[in-house]
Amino acid sequence: MSAGPFKVTRSSRAARIAAVAGLIVLLVLAAAPWWAGRADMRLLSEVFLYLALASLWNLMAGYAGLVSVGQQAFVGFGGYLLFALTIFAGLHPVVALLAAGGLAALVAVPVAALLFRLRGAYFAIGTWVMAEVFRLVFAQVGALGGGSGTSLPVGIVKSLAASRSGREALSYWLALGAAAGTIAAVYLFLRSRKGLALTAIRDNELAARSLGIDIWRTKFIVYVVTAALTAIVGALIFLQKLRISPDAAFSVNDWTAFVIFIVVIGGIGTLEGPIIGTLVFFALRETLADLGTTYLLVLGLVAIVVMLKAPKGIWGLIQIRFGLQLFPLGYRVLGNLANKEN
Amino acid sequence: MEWLNAVIQGVLLGGLYALFAAGLSLIFGVMRLVNIAHGDLIVLAAYLGLTTSVALGLHPLLALVLVAPALAAIGFLLQIGILNRTLGNDILPPLLVTFGLSVILQNALLEIYTADPQKMDAGALETASVSLGGISLGVLPLLTFAVAVAIVGALQWVFYNTALGRAFRATSDNQDIAQLMGLNKAHVYGYAMALALAVTAVAGIFLGIRTSFDPAIGGSRLIFGFEAVIIGGLGNLWGTLAGGVILGVAQTVGAKIDPGWQLLAGHIVFLLILAVRPSGLFPKVTG
Repeated sequence: MSAGPFKVTRSSRAARIAAVAGLIVLLVLAAAPWWAGRADMRLLSEVFLYLALASLWNLMAGYAGLVSVGQQAFVGFGGYLLFALTIFAGLHPVVALLAAGGLAALVAVPVAALLFRLRGAYFAIGTWVMAEVFRLVFAQVGALGGGSGTSLPVGIVKSLAASRSGREALSYWLALGAAAGTIAAVYLFLRSRKGLALTAIRDNELAARSLGIDIWRTKFIVYVVTAALTAIVGALIFLQKLRISPDAAFSVNDWTAFVIFIVVIGGIGTLEGPIIGTLVFFALRETLADLGTTYLLVLGLVAIVVMLKAPKGIWGLIQIRFGLQLFPLGYRVLGNLANKEN
Repeated sequence: MEWLNAVIQGVLLGGLYALFAAGLSLIFGVMRLVNIAHGDLIVLAAYLGLTTSVALGLHPLLALVLVAPALAAIGFLLQIGILNRTLGNDILPPLLVTFGLSVILQNALLEIYTADPQKMDAGALETASVSLGGISLGVLPLLTFAVAVAIVGALQWVFYNTALGRAFRATSDNQDIAQLMGLNKAHVYGYAMALALAVTAVAGIFLGIRTSFDPAIGGSRLIFGFEAVIIGGLGNLWGTLAGGVILGVAQTVGAKIDPGWQLLAGHIVFLLILAVRPSGLFPKVTG
């Protein structure tokens, strides 16, 4: 145990290069309103919002072991609250979407307390029941259009920015900010003390418990924080769509099935996975979208094959092959020059 | 009288939910697997029943003679070919694979049968009713309930009185020792899934006679079945029947209060029971 020639570090060359490259990509993307067309910006916004949803679902399922098939509950909740708070309380849309996140966290507390009584797969279906309850409740609210939904009034849309291009740029930046903010939040959370506890739970729940980690509390915090951020992303999704209905807001296919496929294909339990998965998902969608339902068949099939043959997804394969880690989360031991084997 | 009527209709509706749930309860009891595609398999059974009854001119209930073995075969192959490989300590693979299966089934049905709602034609059975002390009871709901009771009874009998049932219980209790005693775990699971899907076939046919169906309704059937299982207590088949009845009554009574409340009332009763008795009313299996 001589400490001399060894160094324990989180950083690596790949991670430093990735950080610089990531920053450059972020700057280029932030400048999109000056170089991209209207349709491109819409597509990119959608990519960013799915990336945010996927990163959040991955935090829950990949790290906390909370497999939810009911995250549409909070997507829809965020969307509806954006409409309710801007229409009835007169809040500015940007304030409203932050408020929607805060309220989602409040709602998530009793929801988690109830659903955490179910274990494993039953928890998953329990979240789905909860999403159904949310959908049925919002469908009962006549002031928000009941079962047929409602549109965001023109006055509220105009309060975002005076010109159409200004509005489009703002909603694009909000989507980009949501994706970058979510990834940064998940990254910083995982590097924190709580995140270390979470990673321990992911690796071995029994060992983590015997080290004194309060598993219930850690999972509870993850669930509530994820609910809040998911609601904000949901509010942004419906700020882009400008129209909301119970079936669109609480769609299990749009907000959960696709997100799960993204994470599984990209690589569950890694930060890089959802990014790769989102790129693959949209590449597939843009090329196969004309095939309609066949596209979803292919997607389901790919997800099953990945789960059976490469459960760590595309990023898992890359990681095994090259030992890469773009987000410096794990620790590694570095020897000195004379001691190269690693 | 109207309320009593709602309760009785709810009890009978509970029979259908128990049929949805019996397969789920069975496979959870044997292999701790929760099949997210269960609802879509019910819908698949309904479509297979529709196709065979139309193509061969059979009564939908007679079509069961073909549909039940077909689903049992699908179940066996599915378990041996795919699902057995996902079983282990990690809950993620079975969950995600059955989720992928659900999406595949849904879209395959959509491709073949389109999104138009379909219904099976059971002739006079659909409208026949008997009058009992001022309350009119449909023959079809009565038959559904009777079949549900019979199936739960039969499954219970298989579990406790046959060699197959002994194999199910042995593998459920301890996989490794069951293997040492000469049971092939993979095959036992295959038979359990085959049996579960044969029951699912019955559920699908009764669903398709009772109401119209389309490829998208699988999810909510899964949820009803799941709620019945949890209300009744994991792994207890008679409990599952009771859970189905409670859910059915909650829905019909909810609908009586306000038509928009039918589904919501069922979910709320489920959540209440979850809050008060987290392991259900009649729990048998823990874990």
